[in-house]
Amino acid sequence: MTEPLLQVKNLRVEFPTRRGNLLALDDVSFDIAPGEILGVVGESGAGKSLTGAAIIGLLEPPGRIAAGEVRLEGARIDNLPYERMRAIRGRKIGAIFQDPLTSLNPLYTIGRQLVETISTHLPMNQAQARERAIALLKETGIPAAEARIDQYPHQFSGGMRQRVVIALALAAQPKLIVADEPTTALDVSIQAQIITLLHRVCREHGAAVMLVTHDMGVIAETCDRVAVMYAGRIVEIGPVDAVINAPQHPYTVGLMGSIPSMDQDRPRLLQIDGSMPRLNAIPAGCAFNPRCPHAFDRCRTERPDLLDAGVSRAACWLHAMEAKAAA
Amino acid sequence: MTSLVQVNDLAKVFDVSAPWLNRVIERKPRQFVHAVDGVSFAIQRGKTMALVGESGCGKSTVARLLVGLYAPTRGDVHFDGRDTRAPMNEVETRALRRRMQMIFQDPYASLNPRWKVLDIVAEPLREHALAQTEAQMRESVGELLRSVGLAPADMEKFPHQFSGGQRQRISIARALATQPEFLVCDEPTSALDVSVQAQVLNIMKELQRDRGLTYLFISHNLAVVRHVSDQVGVMYLGRLVELADKAELFARPRHPYTRMLLDAIPDVRKTGRRRTPVQGEVPNPLNPPSGCTFHPRCPHANARCSAERPALLDFQGILVACHAVEEGRISPG
Repeated sequence: MTEPLLQVKNLRVEFPTRRGNLLALDDVSFDIAPGEILGVVGESGAGKSLTGAAIIGLLEPPGRIAAGEVRLEGARIDNLPYERMRAIRGRKIGAIFQDPLTSLNPLYTIGRQLVETISTHLPMNQAQARERAIALLKETGIPAAEARIDQYPHQFSGGMRQRVVIALALAAQPKLIVADEPTTALDVSIQAQIITLLHRVCREHGAAVMLVTHDMGVIAETCDRVAVMYAGRIVEIGPVDAVINAPQHPYTVGLMGSIPSMDQDRPRLLQIDGSMPRLNAIPAGCAFNPRCPHAFDRCRTERPDLLDAGVSRAACWLHAMEAKAAA
Repeated sequence: MTSLVQVNDLAKVFDVSAPWLNRVIERKPRQFVHAVDGVSFAIQRGKTMALVGESGCGKSTVARLLVGLYAPTRGDVHFDGRDTRAPMNEVETRALRRRMQMIFQDPYASLNPRWKVLDIVAEPLREHALAQTEAQMRESVGELLRSVGLAPADMEKFPHQFSGGQRQRISIARALATQPEFLVCDEPTSALDVSVQAQVLNIMKELQRDRGLTYLFISHNLAVVRHVSDQVGVMYLGRLVELADKAELFARPRHPYTRMLLDAIPDVRKTGRRRTPVQGEVPNPLNPPSGCTFHPRCPHANARCSAERPALLDFQGILVACHAVEEGRISPG
């Protein structure tokens, strides 16, 4: 077992408000191995984007890391001063956000933005950096890269902009890329192109990816492992095949059942009644217990940690009973 | 079988020209977008017709044309055998409006944040004078809320007190207030999370079964379309490229664009699938390609495709607009 590239341990993110602390992430732990693609899936408000933001040190104030640690290649990065973190961002961790229009500066040509990123992080002069920028644009499938490098973001379509953002994220050869909903703003045919591209270039560059998305289909086709989040916690984590075909947590079961299928007809979709609790009203015990069809007394009082469940791990007391029954 | 809604050669052209002074000074020509360009279909009573396509293909414009939010440039819409564009008096217009309603995509934008749910759902009742007394109205609103899985007591709350899925239920309750026969749903679940989407889709199906509703369902999500619809129309740049029964369309897509769309969807049940993504993007609708508008992206395109616009032809009940299919250059299925 190689040392993990990224280690997140007991990460806790709070938002202090006038009415007390909102606990947005609670005890989140996971690893990403070098070159691995980890999917993070969940519904809006589950804390998946926040996990990404905490890792790259871009939590919006007043949000703050209250406990736990984030380690990149064994060294802690969650408590670094702003300038040190800035040097790591871009150099070791690249970021791709949902809306390519807001992650590019509309006043600079894309060439200038790429060259700036490259010459900040790599020992290259302007000419070399520009050459590398053109190579990156070609690699991400932008036609006539030599001409388009001097154009402005508004001259590119949504899919092309997202390609530029991917080129920008890869510019300094980072070890890890945090991609937050990289295809959500795009049409399906373009989404397929971008997902394939992201998958290919990250494999070629040996970069690990943390792919945050709400689209289980994207996860299924792209990732090695997947973490399912609910109300600020990871409820299940495991190999993508196992989580999709044999989900262990009742929430994951419901989530999978609620996705309309492309190859089978069902008169009715499985539905999870109710909705995810607000952060200021997370129930005691397991946060999912009011919506869970299998909830019993222990679920209402005691919060489950991730327990072994087949090849995956799930935060559900059902698996504690199984373990006991097996023992 | 009688069709409840019949659309013939519907078209909508938007004038997107620069202002007059700019046209004169900068010598810019007038510019038009053919948002919908000759679309025809019929929806049987009690059935669901879905329109799918990528952004900018004109599917939402069709929805708005159908309920009368836009006036068509060309073509007509027949509802229950009557031309909706024919001259009508006030009473007839109201009667027609009552029978068709619309559900919008964004439940955060389509509900007035300063109105109580009671007022939101009761507005159509007031507008069409469907409740005689205040007590009767409250009863109707309570009943409507119950039918979409909300509590009658919720009528005293404001929209911000509800989650996205609950708000969409309020929109559905409002649309149902006039007891319509035909509901136009423009991306009703696109703004919702999957588990909430499942709740809304289930409610819509139950309502259809209980009340015999007819739906036009607009969506870009093919999996959702497959779940709810009976008939599917695929749109590309303002035109229908394929129109078929759901089972047929998903089992044997004919048009290269439909095939591409079906192939492009990430599917949960296909882990680690390797695919060959389609090249290119949707062209600018201001300046659409000649001939078949899909030809620059189509793997089967030839000279005829770039010159001549294909008509929507009938192949054993499946309508396809493609020269390659017509000439048998693509194997069916």
